Amino acid sequence: MKAASGTEPATGEAVLSARNIVMSYGGVHALKGVNFDIHRGKVTTLFGENGAGKSTLMKILSGVVTPTSGDIVLDGNLVSFSSSSDARDRGISIIHQELSLAPNLSVRDNIFMGRELRTRTGLDFAEESRQARALMADLEEDIDPMTLVEDLRLGQQQIVEIARALSVDSRILIMDEPTSALSATEVEVLFKVIRDLTSRGVSIVYISHHLEEALQITDYAVVLRDGAITATAEAKDIDLEWIVRNMVGENFDLGSPPTGHAFGGVALSIEDVSVVDTSGSGYSVVDHLSLDVRAGEIVCIYGLMGAGRTELLEAIAGRVPMAGGRALLEGEDVSALSIAQRIARGLVLVPEDRQRDGLVQTMTVGRNLSLASIEAFARGLFLSRSRERELVEDSIRKVTVKTAGGNAMIGSLSGGNQQKVVIGKMLTTNPKVILLDEPSRGIDVGAKAEVFRLLSERAAQGLAVVFSTSEVNECLSIAHRIVVMRRGRISAEFGANATKEQIMAASGEAVVA
Amino acid sequence: MTDVSQARKQSSPSASEGFDLAKLLLEGRAFFALIVIIVVFSILSPYYLSVANFLTMASHVAIFGILAVGMLLVILNGGIDLSVGSTLGLAGVVAGFLMQGVTLTWLGIVLYPPVWVVAVIACLLGAAVGLINGVLIARFKVPAFVATLGVMYMARGLALLMTSGLTYNNLGGKPELGNTGFDALGFNRLFGVPTGVVVLAVIALIGSIVLNRTAFGRWLYASGGNERAAELSGVPVKTVQISVYVLSGICAAIAGLILSSQLTSAGPTAGTTYELTAIAAVVIGGAALTGGRGNIRGTLLGAFVIGFLSDGLVIIGISSYWQTVFTGAVIVLAVLLNAVQYRRRSKLSASTGGQPTSQKRGKAETANPAQGKTAR
Repeated sequence: MKAASGTEPATGEAVLSARNIVMSYGGVHALKGVNFDIHRGKVTTLFGENGAGKSTLMKILSGVVTPTSGDIVLDGNLVSFSSSSDARDRGISIIHQELSLAPNLSVRDNIFMGRELRTRTGLDFAEESRQARALMADLEEDIDPMTLVEDLRLGQQQIVEIARALSVDSRILIMDEPTSALSATEVEVLFKVIRDLTSRGVSIVYISHHLEEALQITDYAVVLRDGAITATAEAKDIDLEWIVRNMVGENFDLGSPPTGHAFGGVALSIEDVSVVDTSGSGYSVVDHLSLDVRAGEIVCIYGLMGAGRTELLEAIAGRVPMAGGRALLEGEDVSALSIAQRIARGLVLVPEDRQRDGLVQTMTVGRNLSLASIEAFARGLFLSRSRERELVEDSIRKVTVKTAGGNAMIGSLSGGNQQKVVIGKMLTTNPKVILLDEPSRGIDVGAKAEVFRLLSERAAQGLAVVFSTSEVNECLSIAHRIVVMRRGRISAEFGANATKEQIMAASGEAVVA
Repeated sequence: MTDVSQARKQSSPSASEGFDLAKLLLEGRAFFALIVIIVVFSILSPYYLSVANFLTMASHVAIFGILAVGMLLVILNGGIDLSVGSTLGLAGVVAGFLMQGVTLTWLGIVLYPPVWVVAVIACLLGAAVGLINGVLIARFKVPAFVATLGVMYMARGLALLMTSGLTYNNLGGKPELGNTGFDALGFNRLFGVPTGVVVLAVIALIGSIVLNRTAFGRWLYASGGNERAAELSGVPVKTVQISVYVLSGICAAIAGLILSSQLTSAGPTAGTTYELTAIAAVVIGGAALTGGRGNIRGTLLGAFVIGFLSDGLVIIGISSYWQTVFTGAVIVLAVLLNAVQYRRRSKLSASTGGQPTSQKRGKAETANPAQGKTAR
């Protein structure tokens, strides 16, 4: 499995190694026996699509979670970390993908959070400030240590996060998507810092979706796919194509666009829609975007994190307000309607984060399934239990939810089946247009295929389907049309016969010559 | 893929294996607590176990029970209503004021509204107070704790202002004025059962039907369990939120009418700290303060546990200071057991199919704020 390309590195011996790591969440295997080496004084980049298991592996190596089985070897000795602070004490620190700063505290207090410098009588604020200022100078960022983190823009917050990791003098530094919110110049500064660190013997693990950028800085490349390492190589031996090929693979067939039915009229029409960032920066996350989707058509929206996919879909569904433009459902302007009214007219959204936005964890499978179509089984003032049961059983059968029955608690289901419940809930309302935001997130390949099969079937019956994804493979499965979003705009449109390289190039992920 | 069925097979035996008795005791804890209370006090006092005493105690429970049903709706929504005690007092005082006759000086007449009109006006007042709470919370995004705390002070202050701190003692009305019958609201008995208890039974029945058999009930459980998911499913979450506070206000007003009828007087300080007793009853009844979990049956049991316990302590002659300590201990124990129950449930669901994200973001994980505080 490892060293598929046959380049077992000779230089830079492994300082930290994962041996045969398996990580299971219930029935889902996030990692299936992974071997991974971090080389001393080198940058090792871990490539992989969303859900490949990169973040899980990094959380294991930094002591945030404990693996189901497998060993961690530090400097040749078998170790197990009891917590992330245990790992930190041994010189391993991590910059998480999601920022973990306290917005109400100053930059200085965030950097020293949990390991405040003390004097005999209290905290040594002066020394903390001095060190914080020095870190900011290293990162060439003009931020006063007393600034509140909430007053910084996102990129600067990421710098603070990086500064915090640097402040502990770790031997091993894990960076999980450190550049997602950074400007080009900030990335350059970060790279300078990384080179400086490696020259001092610090080992870096780097994760990024910006493949080219990562290839610039890395010494070793490791590719992870579906919880297993598929390739390992030295950076000098490889190019972008190699990465993309190994990342995407020729894996599981997720189906092909349904054919044999003619598209109907325009079901959903988005005209000149803009959405402004909710954090109040005034920056448009969706920027004057227009798109038509016809009945029976499946449209895939591809884009990197932060491209504006989620905001676009939420604006169409009525979750976030549009700053401009309008959405038409079969010619009727729905922009001013409530979410409930849009659902009643046939426009529904399956949200990205099913735990936060999709499911009511305190209710059963059946009640989750029937939640959006209560009117369908209301008899006057009261709910008809028998009709609800019929509806739920019908729905469970149609979306093939594997469950003990409608009365099972929703938490007893696997991720894929929970996702089917969220989709089934919206399909039960008999929509004309269904929007799905990353419907395959966190579900295994089998469930993914079933979800896509379900969507193709409904499209053949005239449902207009719009789904977003950050996995190229999924675009090339059932979509009739692929729309690539970049910085809030449509950067390219392709038919079903597009290539992975074309799509990734249009998203700004990789420019393959 | 196929791991799903396996995971379920693994989990189901562990859930039922050996835990049956513990599970039964845990889930029926309010019921068993009530039985224990009745048995213990029956042994300690010869007067405790009698129909007459039970009816007297039940009429005390009625006040807390009615408040607690309203409070349950609010707590199911994930909110809290601290204003019910004051609303109870204000409704009683307004009823007492109306019973004295309303002098319209510019017309030179005194109006004596009949009792049913007084009752309706008091309930409307309760609804209005609830509406203020609801609008503050749903529209203006004021945290429920703060909004209802403010309204609690305002309602209490108004009640004191209206009476200058005094109490209306004459609620009887006069036959010639056609406004007698105030004692029918709580003082009288219907087939030997105090009216208050009958009203509690009716309210509990209606509440139970609303929660289990109507769309509103489903909306309430859904928006309390996960407001964002409910909203995206088309549930009118704001309307639901405002409604629960209005209903809670009406329940408080009804309790106020019954209490002043029972006491045959309406004082501005009536119902002080009753909101806490109502919250305690809901919590003892197994509801989660984060919303989405709880039912009428549990809440009623909770109200009876508190009522029968404190009356029992009075009957065996324990000082009122000790009563307070005991009641507090019961509440702490109840919250502790809630934490145990919900932690067990969330563990179960996490182990059988939770995703990495579910551990951090799932509502089930953070189902009970008390969980974190009391767990260790």
